[in-house]
Amino acid sequence: MNHVIDIEGLRVVRGGREVLPNLSVRIPSGSVVGLLGPSGSGKSTLIRAIVGVQVVEAGSVTVLGHPAGSPALRDRIGYVTQSPSIYDDLTVRDNVRFFARMLGAAMDSAERAIETVDLMSHADVLAGRLSGGQRSRVSLASALVGEPELLVLDEPTVGLDPLLRRDLWRLFHRLADGGTSLLVSSHVMDEATRCDRLLLLREGHLLADEPLPALLDRTGAADAEQAFLALVDVAEETAR
Amino acid sequence: MNPTRTLVVAGRVLRQLRVDHRTIALMLVVPCVLLGLLAWIFDGTPVFDRIGPALLGVFPFVVMFIVTSVATLRERTSGTLERLLTTPMGKGDLMFGYALAFGLMAVLQAVVASAFAIYVCDLDLQGPVWVLVIVAVADAVLGTALGLLASGFARTEFQAVQFMPAFVLPQFLLCGLLVVRDQLPSVLQPISDVLPLSYAVDAMNEVAAESDPLAGIAPELAVIVAWIGASLLLGSLTLRRRTP
Repeated sequence: MNHVIDIEGLRVVRGGREVLPNLSVRIPSGSVVGLLGPSGSGKSTLIRAIVGVQVVEAGSVTVLGHPAGSPALRDRIGYVTQSPSIYDDLTVRDNVRFFARMLGAAMDSAERAIETVDLMSHADVLAGRLSGGQRSRVSLASALVGEPELLVLDEPTVGLDPLLRRDLWRLFHRLADGGTSLLVSSHVMDEATRCDRLLLLREGHLLADEPLPALLDRTGAADAEQAFLALVDVAEETAR
Repeated sequence: MNPTRTLVVAGRVLRQLRVDHRTIALMLVVPCVLLGLLAWIFDGTPVFDRIGPALLGVFPFVVMFIVTSVATLRERTSGTLERLLTTPMGKGDLMFGYALAFGLMAVLQAVVASAFAIYVCDLDLQGPVWVLVIVAVADAVLGTALGLLASGFARTEFQAVQFMPAFVLPQFLLCGLLVVRDQLPSVLQPISDVLPLSYAVDAMNEVAAESDPLAGIAPELAVIVAWIGASLLLGSLTLRRRTP
């Protein structure tokens, strides 16, 4: 199996706190990998390390065969931050077109991205006038332009209505079927059922790295949340 | 750096400004109102002719400093900067894109304010208007460059606004507008000789006094351009792709 992301012994300290003590993980290509864990577990820090904006104490992060943050990666990765990073005083279309121009992508790729996140009806509205969920879709569309090989999405479905959430997960799988690799974080354990493979993170430690059925099999739990609790129990048992 | 991406940044900054009619109006109207007030309170005296040209250099500097430092700070706090730094955009593209966009706004501001000062307030100007506009644009880009640098040290918008008096007012006091530069206390003279706004004001005064000032102001313009280059360079060092 090919790996898009290969992390070895990653250690990250933020604000004097060891957020990721020593993390090693490989992420397969062409699938939707869910990075699940409670808030504060280190999901965003891990994502920041992968896109190369995080100062790292130790360890290596290799993305698409290059060290994370290499210039060679900058037009191959789409990154969506947790809070929508868009310009409120630009229209939806101008936002997406700006990021398309930055990547040297064609303008029709911007139109397709707006279509994909279902915002065509709001294309000429200022982003600041939109709802929170709509703004996060503008942020997503801005990452879809230029068809990146790897999409790294930090909590893209937070605060969206169930219908939209379902549509977005369908979109993620459609992209994966087309060969895109996706890493999607969420603090909602229910979203485990939508992922091809799960990474369960707690306090900077990886509790699980497997598909959901294998995880349920191993723990004997009924769903991802129960499995998470069972694994936390085991981890605390061994720590004692 | 890449000229296309620099232009893309500049275009985006102008597009954002275009939506904000109030900011554009303030940038164009406030200097005129202040110049008009000044001409009015010193009506019948030579004071306006003495300090008017210098103020045409100070206004674009101050306005661009504030606008740029707040705009770039917004870019940092909204997360768009972090996102942009994961794209092929170079740090120079961002710095020069902002400088270019606000430089264009400065041309507009300088033309409007100079026209108002000369034709409405009867400012007595010996040199040609286009040289005055060149100096005003250089001052505005200087304000933009220092604003970009200052925003690197601000964490909140409150701090960014406070940097205006911190960066600008000392230069204003020492630039020769209140007390002629060679009559300053001897300790302050060398400081005044280093600060860029002093050269902006000197250049404006020469444009006001000489009918062919271009050769005379070349050294002042060179100092201003050197400050612009140094500030942009230092400012780009405050843009880090990786943050803690």
